[in-house]
Amino acid sequence: MNKDQGYWKENTSLIIKCLVIWFVVSYGFGIILVDSLNTIQLGGYKLGFWFAQQGSIYIFVILIFYYSFKMGEIDQKYGSNNDQDK
Amino acid sequence: MDLKTLTFLIVGATFVVYIGIAFWARARNTNEFYIAGGDIHPVANGMATAADWMSAASFISMAGMIAFLGYGGSVFLMGWTGGYVLLALLLAPYLRKHGSFTVPEFISDRYYSKTARVVAVVCLIIASVTYVIGQMKGIGVAFSRFLEVDYDQGLMVGMAIVFIYAVMGGMKGITYTQIAQYVIMIIAYTIPAIFISFMLTGNPIPQFGLGGTLEDGSYLLDKLDQIITDLGFKEYTTNARLSLFNMFFYTLSLMIGTAGLPHVIMRFFTVPSVKAARSSAGWALVFIAILYTTAPAVAAMARLNLITTIDQPEQEQNLAYKDRPSWFRNWEKTGLLQFEDKNGDGFIQYTGTENNEMVKVDRDIMVLANPEIAGLPNWVIALVAAGGLAAALSTAAGLLLAIASSISHDLLKGVFRPEISEKEELRASRIAMAASIAVAGYFGFNPPDFAAGTVALAFGLAASSIFPALMMGIFSKTMNKEGAIAGMLAGIGVTLLYVFQHKGIMFIQSTAFLGNMEPNWFLGIEPNAFGAIGAIVNFSVAYLVAKKNPEPPIEVKEMIERIRLP
Repeated sequence: MNKDQGYWKENTSLIIKCLVIWFVVSYGFGIILVDSLNTIQLGGYKLGFWFAQQGSIYIFVILIFYYSFKMGEIDQKYGSNNDQDK
Repeated sequence: MDLKTLTFLIVGATFVVYIGIAFWARARNTNEFYIAGGDIHPVANGMATAADWMSAASFISMAGMIAFLGYGGSVFLMGWTGGYVLLALLLAPYLRKHGSFTVPEFISDRYYSKTARVVAVVCLIIASVTYVIGQMKGIGVAFSRFLEVDYDQGLMVGMAIVFIYAVMGGMKGITYTQIAQYVIMIIAYTIPAIFISFMLTGNPIPQFGLGGTLEDGSYLLDKLDQIITDLGFKEYTTNARLSLFNMFFYTLSLMIGTAGLPHVIMRFFTVPSVKAARSSAGWALVFIAILYTTAPAVAAMARLNLITTIDQPEQEQNLAYKDRPSWFRNWEKTGLLQFEDKNGDGFIQYTGTENNEMVKVDRDIMVLANPEIAGLPNWVIALVAAGGLAAALSTAAGLLLAIASSISHDLLKGVFRPEISEKEELRASRIAMAASIAVAGYFGFNPPDFAAGTVALAFGLAASSIFPALMMGIFSKTMNKEGAIAGMLAGIGVTLLYVFQHKGIMFIQSTAFLGNMEPNWFLGIEPNAFGAIGAIVNFSVAYLVAKKNPEPPIEVKEMIERIRLP
């Protein structure tokens, strides 16, 4: 396997990891499991409702920055320097 | 100073800023006109993207919809934010690496086909034009309601402003104006929310206030649930939209649609590197999330305020119609709030049963009337007017650029007259921009019957045509032009057919041969939520057709290799 394929493989497995989290917090906690999570309270929020209207959005933000940070590491590992690359 | 003068002053000041930016950020070449020179800082681009994305619908309508739908309104919150994860992970970095000016240009290069380019342009124009009509209406309404200017005159002023900065500055002018518009919009949205949250819960941060306690020590959401269920409404925190299955597909359609809307994707062509494209999507979502996590608090608090202003524990103590507050009178004048004394007792009963006497409570008034209901100072109300206009103008400009560049760069330069010089193309793009504004304005003056259904169509088209074509173009090396074109056409076809058969051909209701009725819906999925099914059809058809046709040429495979590397 050459260098470029290794890079792409690491990238796609990172994407899949992030999308699993993306799916679980919104579709999982916010929709499919909402009734069972609603039996748990988070302050004045029912937990399922919180994920649907607050939590999923916060996690989306964190996910994008996490992906961006991790990709920065992978870019470096494979020695591509794209900052100058217009 | 009275409210009207103050509103004129604040709105006028924001317009001076926009025009000032237009003169400062003129586009000198096509590079600046299409992608703002390609050196916008990722944080600045994030802010511009947030303004580009958040339209009059997000600013004015969303919190109102959530206020009446409760938990069911979550589809908009998750759907319109989760799409940015798809954009950041699956599309933006690779499209930025390719370095095209427009979305159809990428499709044309990747699928080595002018036909694919034209199909993409058609999808883009239908999606963007339908979307821009809503913004034009928003501009006219905001003017007529706040400044008491005639709807048509208001629209003319709005068009003139967009004309100045979009025709002169192209993407460059639009980018810097959008940054200013974001700042105005977010201040206008959060200040009333902070005031109201503090008044109700003692916590000035709306996101915490929503989970906080009221004066009597009970949780705000519990209290809201209890009050409205007692009145016969459905419980706020658990009321699903039709079914959880329908909510699943609705959310998915909005997410895929968001990631596939060309005016949003284009914004990521303006940053200097692949790395910047990734982080810029994150910044965009930060700026969007500030409004989107405040909206549910605005929604629940507005609903609670509205109900407790009218209904009291004992029906005889309800608000008497003759004692109604001034905001009530003001909104009654617009017809968006209507009372009918069914039992003739002079008191208002606002319930979820057939005794309800609030025969009309338009959802759009929730954000606009909120500062008045809470008794906030006049300058806050004036600011909300400027914020609503900023939201509509910024989105309209982004959409108009997407339309204009697809005409001048894709159709003219790309397909019909490849020989024109850069200077001629720049002139053509300005003419295309002016023409797009004129067309959008025409629809603003004469809103077509289908205006109400346009959002469904815009998201449905973006989800079922553009997103799958882009994603397969990056992640599959074997997807060929035959597959991509067949997939796009099948995706749009299925989505249009479903929306039209339930909502009428071009939204003319009498032609809805299946009727907009739940029993006729495929698996109980409402027409607005059908984009996700269209996308699945697109992927499947593309895969099957691609298998029967030759693989893409070697240069295209090399191009895919190239865009995958940063």
